Amino acid sequence: MNSKSANVGIVIVSHSPLVAEGTADMVRQMVGDGVPLAWAGGNADGGLGTNSGSILAAIERAWSDAGVAVFVDLGGAETNSEMAIEMLGQARSGRVVICNAPLVEGAVMAAAEASGGAALARVVATAEELSP
Amino acid sequence: MVVPANAALIGGLIEACRQTIAANADHLSELDRAIGDGDHGTNMRRGSEAVYAERDRLVHLPMPKALEEIGLTLVMSIGGAAGPLYGTLLMEIGRQMAGDADFARVLERAIDAVARRGRASAGDKTLLDVLYPVHAEVVRRAGLAGIAEEAERAASLTFAMKAMRGRAAFLGERSIGHVDPGAKSCALLTAAICRFLEEQGPA
Repeated sequence: MNSKSANVGIVIVSHSPLVAEGTADMVRQMVGDGVPLAWAGGNADGGLGTNSGSILAAIERAWSDAGVAVFVDLGGAETNSEMAIEMLGQARSGRVVICNAPLVEGAVMAAAEASGGAALARVVATAEELSP
Repeated sequence: MVVPANAALIGGLIEACRQTIAANADHLSELDRAIGDGDHGTNMRRGSEAVYAERDRLVHLPMPKALEEIGLTLVMSIGGAAGPLYGTLLMEIGRQMAGDADFARVLERAIDAVARRGRASAGDKTLLDVLYPVHAEVVRRAGLAGIAEEAERAASLTFAMKAMRGRAAFLGERSIGHVDPGAKSCALLTAAICRFLEEQGPA
């Protein structure tokens, strides 16, 4: 269903499922339903952590042919996200970008930009302006 | 297509690695509590049990394919940074092995892939600080016992290193004085593999 959206998708990845879900909730309330949105957080046992499988599933949920912008909190989230993006396969992995931006602010800014129909590069640039 | 000896080898390696992780999981988590988030043993155990659960299927694959699949299983099950790192190592060894018979070269390329994945280099207090010395021993054709010994020695050298990558890097100087859990699990697995291969006798 999401793949029919013309807007760039947003994926939020945190070591904490609560942080990931809360951030996604914030995006939803502030930006609305115009962007495909998904989150991944926590390890398989429900503790803190990230894993490639659940990130891959989140990217699939938020998939848009316009691309997907991924927001991560700490190092492991980034490494696992990179792995998940590779597992998408070459045809799609080039359309997913991990943004160098703060998780909450980045996701909200990117989603706002995406909801206006901006291209992936524009969405990513908007989020990354937040990083010095 | 697959000779039984291959199945025994793959099955034996899976079992040897599972046993060593099971026996050391608490110790690995303890090391990780000092400088990380304390779950390295739990994560590695989850990964090795996931591979073990798949062994009946894995033993019937050609070795390169089996290693690739084991790597993928580790990625999907370990979680944390160790998943992509160990997963990349095995997936790359499998992929490289399919097209190159020189194991030293195969290992070198796989270790480089791990370094790229983790954006780490030698001396950053990671599993690479075991993998590079192990590779050096393979290059100089050291015996299995020598490789295992070097892996253990290399892991202990991370005690004095300052972490530059991963959660431990947040601790800065305070990461000094603790063995890196990833380096330790890597040494334990290397030793288990060497021990198993030695018991198998000359190939």
